[in-house]
Amino acid sequence: MPDAESAKAPGGSRRDKRPNGRPAGRPEVKTYATAYKPTWCPGCGDFGILAALKAALVDLEIWPHEVLIVSGIGCGSKLPQYIHANGFMTIHGRPLAVATGAKLANPELHVIVVNGDGDGYGIGGNHFLHTCRRNPDITHIVENNQIYALTKGQYSPTSDPGFRTTTSPDGVFELPVNPVAVALAAGATFIARSFAGEPKHLQRIIAQAVRHPGYALVDVLQPCIAFNKVNTYNWYAERVYDVAADDTYDPTSLRDAWERGTEWGDRIPIGILYRKEGVPPYETRVAALRDGAPVHRDLRARLDPALFQRLHREFV
Amino acid sequence: MPGAQADIRITIGGDAGQGVESSGAMLSQALARGGWHVFSVPDYRSRIRGGHNFFQIRAAGRPCLSHSDPVHLLLALTRETIDVHVANLAPGAGVIYDDGFRLDAPELESRGMLPLSMPLAKIAEQHGNKLMLNTAALAAAAGILDLPLDVLESLLRDTFGAKGTKVVEGNLHVARAAYRFAKERYSGRLPYSLPPKAGPGAERLVLSGNEAFCLGAVAGGCTFVAAYPMTPATPILEWMAAHERDVGVVTKHAEDEIAAICMAVGAGFVGARAMVPTSGGGLSLMTEALGMAGMCEVPVVVVNVQRGGPSTGLPTRTEQGDLLFMLHAAQGEFPRIVLAPGTHEQYFEAGWRAFNLAEKYQCPVIVLSDQFLAASRRSLEKTAVSPESVTIDRGQLLTAEDLERLEKPYRRYAMTASGVSPRALPGHPQAVFTATTDEHGEDGHITEDMDLRVNMMDKRMRKLETAAAEMRGPAVYGPKDAELTIICWGSTVGPARESLPLLLDRGVRANVLHFTDIWPFPQAPAERALHAVRRAVCVEQNHTGQFGRFLRMMTGFTADGHVRKYDGRPFSPQQIAAGVLKEVGVRA
Ligand SMILES: Cc1ncc(C[n+]2csc(CCOP(=O)(O)OP(=O)(O)O)c2C)c(N)n1
Repeated sequence: MPDAESAKAPGGSRRDKRPNGRPAGRPEVKTYATAYKPTWCPGCGDFGILAALKAALVDLEIWPHEVLIVSGIGCGSKLPQYIHANGFMTIHGRPLAVATGAKLANPELHVIVVNGDGDGYGIGGNHFLHTCRRNPDITHIVENNQIYALTKGQYSPTSDPGFRTTTSPDGVFELPVNPVAVALAAGATFIARSFAGEPKHLQRIIAQAVRHPGYALVDVLQPCIAFNKVNTYNWYAERVYDVAADDTYDPTSLRDAWERGTEWGDRIPIGILYRKEGVPPYETRVAALRDGAPVHRDLRARLDPALFQRLHREFV
Repeated sequence: MPGAQADIRITIGGDAGQGVESSGAMLSQALARGGWHVFSVPDYRSRIRGGHNFFQIRAAGRPCLSHSDPVHLLLALTRETIDVHVANLAPGAGVIYDDGFRLDAPELESRGMLPLSMPLAKIAEQHGNKLMLNTAALAAAAGILDLPLDVLESLLRDTFGAKGTKVVEGNLHVARAAYRFAKERYSGRLPYSLPPKAGPGAERLVLSGNEAFCLGAVAGGCTFVAAYPMTPATPILEWMAAHERDVGVVTKHAEDEIAAICMAVGAGFVGARAMVPTSGGGLSLMTEALGMAGMCEVPVVVVNVQRGGPSTGLPTRTEQGDLLFMLHAAQGEFPRIVLAPGTHEQYFEAGWRAFNLAEKYQCPVIVLSDQFLAASRRSLEKTAVSPESVTIDRGQLLTAEDLERLEKPYRRYAMTASGVSPRALPGHPQAVFTATTDEHGEDGHITEDMDLRVNMMDKRMRKLETAAAEMRGPAVYGPKDAELTIICWGSTVGPARESLPLLLDRGVRANVLHFTDIWPFPQAPAERALHAVRRAVCVEQNHTGQFGRFLRMMTGFTADGHVRKYDGRPFSPQQIAAGVLKEVGVRA
């Protein structure tokens, strides 16, 4: 047991040294395996997302202790339970805020947020908006099934007009949130969409999102086989096309991104819809972080009488 | 000139936007530099311009624990000030005002005031510029009080130094002229004077409660502050932001209070000492996340600087209306610690102690202060707000070496006798785990198993029993064998203690029983203290007597009387004395 009076930085880590070194070899998919079996319905799109996330982390050679996966509440938000990595299932709608605090306190961690469309674009909509413009180095994977699944089938902020659910018996008559358009308007620096039915595509997109320095949104079309009988695997598969296949598409162009990003219906664009390089992530601009992360600060330095002599001066 | 009183009370009044608070702060500082103890309270409205604001200062040869009535010298920056404050003036109190107000001096005299008309605006314009009017007014007050001019001069140099020599020189010229005028015209006329000083004046600091708290939090290793501005808690975020680089604390003005506390929980989860300052409205938004910290056993410090409620209420005023709310905020049952510091020293101490408690018991700690404590300024010895008395105790935090020695996979929520499970921070290969706000087993995985659920609830709640051992019982001030006891909590202690001599003057030998550690309730020491009470009056700043009810719930003790105030203004010692006398049937 540690000495109770110890004020030294946990983990014995220093700012200039990677915490605790790295294990030998390379991580494999099984490095991320847990003993727990997902409670998702057989055939749920969330399986594809979990598999793609693990594969992307392997591609990036990130170890479980170097990543923190933060989720909210919902079926999709259960994901951290099924992957061996640091995880935090928070409360409904709040994972982006929790993740931002974690990133600011320990910028060395790769921070990934995973949540549903209700969590991310509904109750957490305010945090979504502000995280876009804030641009912390956080990857945000939204499992967008256009329905509230865990609460058994109410319409969500991304449900299409006319969609009948228990809380929209006459069909939805609100406009859906278009997350791509909202993120563009709010200044996000990486905006992508993928499909749980195309795990290879999703794996590539997640890897690029994690590599992007700054906030990276990956909106994932995720069939919910239990409660959404309209937006099925086939429904999505018939419609999605990758913008990367089009040579004329320029993902650095706001105009292109807006034009394709607002397309929704017979054709649904996937791939990297927008990216802006060179915007410094929020945490790199925080003055207090230049001298070391909060988690690596030597707290005993605060008891230095010289510091207090200086602070006292403004009160004399 | 009559004999000096034990203290002197000065009020500065004017319109919002006239610099009433900054002038008051300067005069407080000048008196402290001169060697007096000071206590001052601002009184301002929730608007930027217009409306009457005032600032009360009390100076004495001994430490002052609160403001006091009536006032001996009024510095009126507007004509309206005089009408607002006349009822609270001592007989023959001096009233300093600009001769441009064209007031009828004999009429003021007939109302019991000593008119001290001076050409303040003219002096400012002639010797500096119009903007230096407040300097002229301060110097005039210093002249009337016989406060040495060099004290004021040194303060003006320090205050305006950053603005360049021209500004400094201008202010000095204005101050000298106004000081000289006041002395030449009115020397010896005020029937009150600065009280004698006890010994040579040590170099004291003058701090607001919020500033004292910030210093405590710095000493206690606070490395992360997230907040959404809300009066009267805003100065905490602002002070920390201004000192972000100097002390090494990350500050985040978040998009709302929900984000603020969630950010702090995220920061606390990975190992920062994180805090969120707010007021009741913000806390209302934070309740769900407070439960998250409780359920996931994340250390986080929440500061609720209470203001008048309900809802937007009285934004710039004081109240103690959130006590029961703090004890129960958020659904379900989880361990939390609630501290209610009463004095500036206690607020400083809460600043570092809260972080130790949060990490030792891995739970949210609520520091419950109020606008009166937060905004009032007091002179303090440097040692009262220095790190010498501070310890940093991070509780059962596993080091890398501990983790490397683990034989079995790490279990974040391991069952223990104390309820405290050794805590590891993300970043070490042996420390990998998932936390969840759902009920969970020892490794953090979701469970609905009945027995595990019960064991986990018991484990978490056991931490409260463990923590209770270090909660402090109430402090007694005044004679042990008093016939009457004033029971209070939080910031009411200052005026309550100052009311004791007033009660004694009326033949009532009273003492004060003051609670600072509210939850977990310090059961045994509280019961012992209550056992010694003969007759009790519970004094608090709310409508329903929340502390009295809480005390009854915890101990069965019922106070004999209650003095409650919810007009948004802090108790003065005189108000407490009058209220207590009424409760015990002594006629005023
Ligand atoms: C504050 C709060 N309100 C409501 C709920 C109930 N709730 C749990 S999950 C959920 C919505 C789930 O939808 P989504 O986020 O899209 O995730 P999905 O289950 O579809 O993956 C709701 C409303 C809650 N847990 N907390």
